[in-house]
Amino acid sequence: MRAMPTIQCHPPLLLGGLLLALTLALGAGPVHGSTPAPAPAPGRAMAQHSVQGQKPWTTVDHTKHPALQQDFTSGKQITDACVSCHSEAATQFQQTIHWTWQAAADGEAAKYGKASFSLNNFCLGTNRNVDTSCLSCHPGWNKSGNSVDGNINCLVCHGQKSINWDESLEDIKAFVEAGDEDSLELAREIQGELKEAVQAVGLPTRANCGGCHFTGGGGDGVKHGDLDTSLTKPAKTLDVHMGMDGQDFTCTRCHTTVAHRVAGRVYTAPAALDRKSLVEDDQVAKIACESCHTATPHQAGSKANDHTDKVACQSCHIPEMARVNPTKVSWDWSAAGRLQDGKPFKTQGEFGKEDYLSIKGQMQWAKNLQPEYFWYNGTIHSVTAQEVIDPAGTVAVSWPEGARADAQARIAPFKVHRGKQPYDKIHKTLLVPVLSSADGYWRHLDWPRALSKGQEALGLPFSGEFDFVSTTYVFPTTHMVAPKESAVACAECHVRDGGRLASLQGFYMPGRDRAGWLNTLGWLTVLGSMAGVGLHALGRFITRGRNGRKEGS
Amino acid sequence: MTGKLVPIYLYTRYERFWHWLQALLILVLLVTGFEVHGSLTLLGFARAVAVHNFLGLAWLVAFAFFVFWVFTTGEWKQYIPTTRKMFEVLRYYLVGIFRGEPHPVPKRREAKHNPLQRLTYLALAAALLPLQMATGFLYWGYNSWDAWGLGWLSLGSLALLHMAGAFALLAFLVVHVYMITTGHAVTAHTKAMITGWEDVEEGVAIESWEHPARG
Repeated sequence: MRAMPTIQCHPPLLLGGLLLALTLALGAGPVHGSTPAPAPAPGRAMAQHSVQGQKPWTTVDHTKHPALQQDFTSGKQITDACVSCHSEAATQFQQTIHWTWQAAADGEAAKYGKASFSLNNFCLGTNRNVDTSCLSCHPGWNKSGNSVDGNINCLVCHGQKSINWDESLEDIKAFVEAGDEDSLELAREIQGELKEAVQAVGLPTRANCGGCHFTGGGGDGVKHGDLDTSLTKPAKTLDVHMGMDGQDFTCTRCHTTVAHRVAGRVYTAPAALDRKSLVEDDQVAKIACESCHTATPHQAGSKANDHTDKVACQSCHIPEMARVNPTKVSWDWSAAGRLQDGKPFKTQGEFGKEDYLSIKGQMQWAKNLQPEYFWYNGTIHSVTAQEVIDPAGTVAVSWPEGARADAQARIAPFKVHRGKQPYDKIHKTLLVPVLSSADGYWRHLDWPRALSKGQEALGLPFSGEFDFVSTTYVFPTTHMVAPKESAVACAECHVRDGGRLASLQGFYMPGRDRAGWLNTLGWLTVLGSMAGVGLHALGRFITRGRNGRKEGS
Repeated sequence: MTGKLVPIYLYTRYERFWHWLQALLILVLLVTGFEVHGSLTLLGFARAVAVHNFLGLAWLVAFAFFVFWVFTTGEWKQYIPTTRKMFEVLRYYLVGIFRGEPHPVPKRREAKHNPLQRLTYLALAAALLPLQMATGFLYWGYNSWDAWGLGWLSLGSLALLHMAGAFALLAFLVVHVYMITTGHAVTAHTKAMITGWEDVEEGVAIESWEHPARG
């Protein structure tokens, strides 16, 4: 038997103090790691290093080029001037989807694209460009008929001055034809402005790309949710990369371009085939976050780094889209055609946006919209006007490809646009009506006529029997990256009910999932133990006086 | 039966330190664990995870010292299970305690656990705690499963085992905290685990089977 009488001199205080010190030491580790201004996360430092001091520079002053000193009377003349130096530019550009509006999945005929059979649930489709208003976004001079044969307008993307080219050229022509001195003076004035604009060329700015991509679907912010005119001159709080008080990136900073082919397209094939960073390959397209930030961008040991294999950066770093301007979230074409006093009308709803138009139907807008989340391997699939659909349920017009089992797939954020659009009840295909132009629905509000003209333009059959079907259309959310302070917090997903990922099932997520039976059994055991010892204690209390031995004090 | 109480030195300094350290670890792990499980909100999910991970790993390291201690000091013999007097002990807690009967297996330096305690603490130290540590460690290493060749593991099943262990520990804690009030005074056992000295009745013989085997 060991006797250690001295031990009695060590009061509980010693043990308590030791425990307290240990607790503080233990508690300090994880808690303090994130509080005092830490060094920038490795992925941020990496990205900032790779882009610092790279202000574009040039050896060209276009105002001095003789080719751009002439008087221009047509668009073709302007393009010819460009091509007189940039001899391959037109050839390169005319092979890109920005020009052809056609795309093919591997080894197939080009059935996708606006100029083929692709459609959506906004303005539905272009009917092979018979719907002439669609052409306002085609980068050519010829805005009627199939403009693919026309001349490209380099200045749509490269012009740094915003001017209405067609109108200016028409005015010059009209004033010159009028011939009087006042008209000729005006013509010279417009010609001067035009020339100035032709000479002001450069790499595409956000305004150039945004001219079409911010206003697709017929207005500001209609389509994407993460792309609208608020990004022309954004603050850093709206987008950390494009913010003018921050990095001030242009679109092409990430949408790297080779021979006029702009990286970033996700329809029919992923934008990036493998997850490579500049560290691994300095020629890699900068299209993915990981291209610059690497796959482990957070501080070493950060749990966030453990998420990058299954969760896309955007899922946490774009908590909401449409943070400045609203975006359209639903469009019900079946409500179109109502008249007030025999005339088409429109009403204005929330955010000062039109929510009903006789020519378009009922629509809803949203601001600060939380994305919806899906497994996504980088490819968006879509149905075309040729595919047979199942009108019994909601038809996905486009949807992200990917599943949890797919090693390439991660959980990514999307804007889902919900629509109700016409389909052929006999052929079970979605229908594409002509909207603009003389035969368009917007002129006569006559569905059968607009639908048959549209299908005729596509060379597809129309039975004459149609109805409206609910549809969804997705856009990957990737712009409007918020400052890191606004990133989605753990508990917005790791929460029992109503979390952001509540709809994604088939895997166990801590904080969200549990086995109900185990919880019931577990708490019953704990409560049973409490009840048991409670009764036992009561028994001891009651019998205390009756027995010889005193217990308790 | 009403013999004079004499103090005996029952728990060494390390043993008491280990007991209270482990008690604290288990308490905080239970609270943070249930927060990660979504049962309560206290620190916030992120902080709860950080604290739980850190304490879990700390426990693993500390437990290695306990294993070293329990074998090098021969204390492991205190955990050898036995059925002898098991019935008497059970009967005492179910009946005798209410009649003021003495405990059938009084504490001694060489035999500080009664048969019921031996079984409970063996199950705890050899099964439940290691299970909790193993499942916790694997849970923590989730992202390395493929590298460890454990890609076939299912997080759901592992979490289920870890949760079952947590409930078992919580139930143990409830009963344990109550049982320590059953000494000759309500605070007697607690005092013993703090000072190391337990009061036992003088002159109670220790039966030979209670002595740890010499070796």
